[in-house]
Amino acid sequence: MKNRKMAWAGRSAGLASLLWLGGCSSLDVLDPKGPVGDQLKSLIVESTVAMLIVVIPTIILTCVFAWHYRASNTKAEYLKDWDHSSKLEALMWAVPIVIILFLGVITYQTSHSLDPYRPLETSQNTKPLRVEVVALDWKWLFIYPEQGVATVNQLAVPVNTPIDFRITSDSVMNAFFIPRLGSMIYAMAGMQTQLHLMASEPGDYLGESANYSGRGFSDMHFRTLAMPADQFQEWVEKVRASSDTLDDSSYVRLAQPSEANPVAYYAHVTPDLFDQIVAKYNNGMIMDKTTGKMIHVQSAMSDMNTKE
Amino acid sequence: MLGRLSLEALPLDVPILVGTFIGVAIVGIAVLGLITYYGKWGYLWKEWLISVDHKRLAVMYVVLALVALFRGFADAIMMRTQLALAYNGNPGYLPPHHYDQIFSAHGTIMIFFLAMAFMTGLFNLVVPLQIGARDVAFPFLNNFSFWMTAVGFILVNVSLFIGEFSQCGWLAYPPLSEAQFSPGVGVDYYLVALQIAGVGTLLTGVNFFVTIIKMRAPGMGLMKMPVFTWTALCASILIMVAFPVLTVALALLGLDRYLGMHFFTNDGGGNQMLYLSLIWSWGHPEVYILILPAFGVFSEVVPAFSRKPLFGYTAMVYATCAILVLSLVVWVHHFFTMGAGPDVNAFFGIMTMIISIPTGVKLFNWMLTIYKGRVEYHSTMYWAIGFMITFTIGGMTGVMMAIPAADFVLHNSLFLIAHFHNVIIGGVYFGYVCGMNFWFPKAFGFKLNETWGKAAFWFWCIGFYFAFTPLYVLGFEGMTRRMNHYSNPDWYPWLLVAEVGAVMILLGIVCQLTQLYVSIRDRNLPQNVDVTGDPWDARALEWSTSSPPPVYNFAIIPHVHELDAFYHNKENGIDTRSAGGPYAPVHMPKNTSAGIFCGLFSLILGFALVWHIWWAAALGLVGLIATVIARSADKDIDYYIPAEEVARIENEHSRKLMAQAAE
Repeated sequence: MKNRKMAWAGRSAGLASLLWLGGCSSLDVLDPKGPVGDQLKSLIVESTVAMLIVVIPTIILTCVFAWHYRASNTKAEYLKDWDHSSKLEALMWAVPIVIILFLGVITYQTSHSLDPYRPLETSQNTKPLRVEVVALDWKWLFIYPEQGVATVNQLAVPVNTPIDFRITSDSVMNAFFIPRLGSMIYAMAGMQTQLHLMASEPGDYLGESANYSGRGFSDMHFRTLAMPADQFQEWVEKVRASSDTLDDSSYVRLAQPSEANPVAYYAHVTPDLFDQIVAKYNNGMIMDKTTGKMIHVQSAMSDMNTKE
Repeated sequence: MLGRLSLEALPLDVPILVGTFIGVAIVGIAVLGLITYYGKWGYLWKEWLISVDHKRLAVMYVVLALVALFRGFADAIMMRTQLALAYNGNPGYLPPHHYDQIFSAHGTIMIFFLAMAFMTGLFNLVVPLQIGARDVAFPFLNNFSFWMTAVGFILVNVSLFIGEFSQCGWLAYPPLSEAQFSPGVGVDYYLVALQIAGVGTLLTGVNFFVTIIKMRAPGMGLMKMPVFTWTALCASILIMVAFPVLTVALALLGLDRYLGMHFFTNDGGGNQMLYLSLIWSWGHPEVYILILPAFGVFSEVVPAFSRKPLFGYTAMVYATCAILVLSLVVWVHHFFTMGAGPDVNAFFGIMTMIISIPTGVKLFNWMLTIYKGRVEYHSTMYWAIGFMITFTIGGMTGVMMAIPAADFVLHNSLFLIAHFHNVIIGGVYFGYVCGMNFWFPKAFGFKLNETWGKAAFWFWCIGFYFAFTPLYVLGFEGMTRRMNHYSNPDWYPWLLVAEVGAVMILLGIVCQLTQLYVSIRDRNLPQNVDVTGDPWDARALEWSTSSPPPVYNFAIIPHVHELDAFYHNKENGIDTRSAGGPYAPVHMPKNTSAGIFCGLFSLILGFALVWHIWWAAALGLVGLIATVIARSADKDIDYYIPAEEVARIENEHSRKLMAQAAE
């Protein structure tokens, strides 16, 4: 009982700290564990403070005016026909314009600096880890092309290493989202989106789909395990030790709809599986993101599944 | 013979639905029985169902909206209850199949059948009266539009008991809504219901646009129009621009589903993002279609109860027009997370923020209208001030989400849900209820009960903060929308608080119903009767005629010289009614049953399309076209009220006015 009360107190404190836009451990977005999230948090705080400069006085003045000029307060001044004041009108256009100018500049800057497609820069020029993400009904497939392994519903990443995600879907639209790390991006069949994130602290973070995708949507989440580089290598070895492999036929089985899918490890994955998944919706073609050219992907699967 | 329809379509295995059906059946039979018992069928038919009188249609629209509120809110509180239960392994009481239909129906009903119908009801009641017109430009179309809207709502509700509703959210994003992923009839119900209701809305837009442009009283230039009429004009323009886009988007999705085409499918060259782009080029203007008239209501109510003219009328008009234009170039902010690139995102983000400038100006205008006024705390002022505070917060969170980078962590989270309920409840709903309390006496000749009206406000307002502030927090905690169950212990307490808020809003709705009941019961008490037609000592022309107005509204069309024409006349001792005549015969449209028959055939057509019963669909379509042709060929569509009859009605009102003045 006492514990529950304590928890409640903690949560009320969480609300209080939210009001000050500080941090609280349960507020994933406002307590980020990576540089992208950090910048997004300060953007949210900065823009909110800028707006509160107008919002708070507006609310207070509304209340003060409404109370002071109540009909029963006959002492208050009453200007029966007053409906215009050039000075006040200039002011009431100017104030929002100034705020929006400020926010507009921030918006333009952060749209570029925090573009999810923009590779992250690190001080040591760490080589990014590539991860390919496929949204399936209703689970997430993660392919590590450089390691040649794949997992379902579990994402492990080394800390302080930029992660270079390529994302698609082999079903309906989803959104790939790890609140503690920052930005989300849609996963769409036949298309590839990109996202660059980085974890700066080891931890176990919630990952989820942020776009409703049907019956099994609520269980379409995964754990993001951020760990030091050496532990990450051990984790890769653990995946490699799995007896399962992901080839064309086992992929077709995996892609069948399933709910609350358990974590699965695949010791080996067909090279180009991600490209094949994208290409099968585009007559076997895929766009090379570096050159912008369409290239043909050879696969048994693309021929099998184009007419689904 | 019956297409896809079979006994299996009846959800007999879902106790909630069987119970609801029994409840609806009992209430329905009771209502029908009472009408029969009191012999009111003829009255109902002649005076209401086939009426082309804009005032009658207004009442029918608002009744439709209140029924939709009841249904939509039942969905809402079921969702909140599910999430208050479905924690940590508890599946709750709504399996995904049912829950997903509920959130899809909730959004669809609240936007299309509560908000749009309520708005159209207010347009119908107020606009012709405010501009000194005797009816709308196309009275039959007005009745036809109503029945199209009603049939759309009926179809959504039929899906409750026959088959299923869409499980794809209120905008039915493909590819989930494609036949491949949603083979059932749910999405078909959604498409057909919205297409039929959309016809009604589009024609309403046309109707009010023409009415306002062509039928203003002599002397009422555009810059002498009351602000509510201005907002109705801008909303009508937006309807005419945006609704055809919705029709096309839904039609293309329908072609995908019915004829196997590939507009939005994953394969065959389809592209789902085209649908998002189309649906939001309608969807974003749509929210301004809803909010502008609410701004209009406040622009009438705040001056009336502050006993001062509206501050900055010109700025208000320009701000409204600016919002009209800007609302058409912001739709991409609904899918920043598509990965469109920083320049596109920055453009749409900044355009979105710019809308907050004219909106802010409006807020300052209302504030300065109160400033140095004599504010009378009528219940409408409660809603107005509640709105000003709540909407400011909603606007702020909206601008936060307009920053693309911030949207990358807030999009599709409960923060988004909190934001748009903040502006839709705190703006649209507060506005329409405020308008209902303000104009009710005009429609019925008696005032609404104040005590229950204020109680309703307090429950709604406080309930809103309890229900939606937690959702802002949950958004920051990473909870996404449309979840059916969860296991995060941090989310649970906030969802319990939100449930408490939903219960408070329920009490607010109960207060509103009680308010209606008590007001009707006490309608003959002297303090409630509105003899003069001007119960609030207000400013625009609708208050110059009697309450309820005679069928022709104005025996002699008033001449307008100033903004706030009626107030100006009162101040200068001019009789706006020109009582005593001389009166001329009044030309009026005749009632027609063509609208309700069009509705009936559309209902057959719609239902048959959903279930692939092609012969019935053909029957409905042929019947619909035949009715329209028959109506077009009908020459007997108008009549004259003789001058003596007009004089009799007007003199009777004058007598009442004098008796009131003598007391």
